[in-house]
Amino acid sequence: MTLVFTKLWKRSLAAAALLVLPLGAMAGVLPDDRADALYHRYEGGGVTIQGPSILVRKKMAEKYAVSANYYQDMITSASIDVEVSGASEYKEERDQYSLGFEYLRGKTTYTLNYTNSEENDYEASTASFGISQDLFGDLTTITMGFSRGWDKVRNSTDPTFEEEIDRWNYRVGVTQILTKSLITYFNYEVITDEGFLNNPYRSYRYVNPTDSRLFVLEQEIYPRTRTSNAAALNARYFLPYRAALYGGYRFFTDTWGIRADTFELGYVHPVKQQWTLEARVRYYQQDHADFYADLFDRQNQQNFLARDKELSTFNSIAIRLGASYEFVPNGWRFVKKGSLNLFYDRLEFKYDDFRDARFSRLPTDDPNFRPAGTEPLYEFGANVIQAFVSIWF
Amino acid sequence: MTEAIAVKAMLAIALLCGLSACGNIEPWVKPYERQQLADPIMAADPHPISSAYMDHVFEAREGARGALGSGGGGCGCN
Repeated sequence: MTLVFTKLWKRSLAAAALLVLPLGAMAGVLPDDRADALYHRYEGGGVTIQGPSILVRKKMAEKYAVSANYYQDMITSASIDVEVSGASEYKEERDQYSLGFEYLRGKTTYTLNYTNSEENDYEASTASFGISQDLFGDLTTITMGFSRGWDKVRNSTDPTFEEEIDRWNYRVGVTQILTKSLITYFNYEVITDEGFLNNPYRSYRYVNPTDSRLFVLEQEIYPRTRTSNAAALNARYFLPYRAALYGGYRFFTDTWGIRADTFELGYVHPVKQQWTLEARVRYYQQDHADFYADLFDRQNQQNFLARDKELSTFNSIAIRLGASYEFVPNGWRFVKKGSLNLFYDRLEFKYDDFRDARFSRLPTDDPNFRPAGTEPLYEFGANVIQAFVSIWF
Repeated sequence: MTEAIAVKAMLAIALLCGLSACGNIEPWVKPYERQQLADPIMAADPHPISSAYMDHVFEAREGARGALGSGGGGCGCN
């Protein structure tokens, strides 16, 4: 009963929070109509993922806007996880559809969004609501949002397996103009998940009781809940010779014991009238989850056991180079302007406590064989290419 | 617990906004001084289709998530 009351109280608070927002007298603006078509390709760590993404947004009567996105991943994977599990390369496809609606009233914008993502063994649906409000002579914009997600987890090797995940996202943000050339962004988000949170194909490993040089695989066991907190501060600065410098920091922590830092620094440089060049470096570091270990001493050593490299201690660095070319800057028929864009990102991942278990799967008389727990630490690089065209109409 | 904190934060911001409707705060950067901020190179997210893709690339390979300033959505990357 108390729980029910607490939930109702929280909902009432949230509803009240929305009602006290002023519905300002002066009008804001919705972004311009545009269409984007993107081809993406990720290749690294034995995995190739590529596909298209199409995004169209259109406004009506200057106060409504609709947007639609189709996104596809075509995956071919022979990652280290697939190799260590003894499985062979697999292919799969993920299709994602999103539909969004915006309503502008005075200086307040309300947004609704629905996204559905489907794979042969995974389905995710998310509904989002957001509100943003311009304040203080439009120097400040605050945003608030809530999302609810429902996932279905299946296993292609076991037709009877089906589990669910419930997700709740709460986010707030403040955009602040500080000077005529500096703008800052603060965002905070709480995400709570409940359900079957591990990957049904992934295993943890423990020392083989009959030969300590080898390991045995066993299905992972994750906690059924996870709550994370993330806070990010970003800034963008206009340099006197018409270029932009941007950077940011994000702090992340969750109830699984993961703590992560993300740093980003980028530079945008227009060349003549039609070209824009961009360079960016992003650094990410995290500490492992409490229930993560590369090699457990024995089977069922603790309540929760995981060996996902995504939960290990590691760092990654991403370096981007990009170029955009603006065409028909003065418009052509219904097109106001367009741009061709090519972005390349190089990613390097280095793991501190995730070893390359392929070395201890070799025959023990192979010269490259390493006993379990002494294999080299895993690392890999990836190339990410995005080529896209954008038109404003 | 964190849910309660998030709701309180939303309420606090909303109250702040409510109060702001009653008073007049003089903007220290005037509308006619915002041409640099309005330059396309200063857009917070100039290529939404690209940033959504890169957010997904990182989220699928890292433990951290959220506070990206976007609408949020299903990652489908379990």
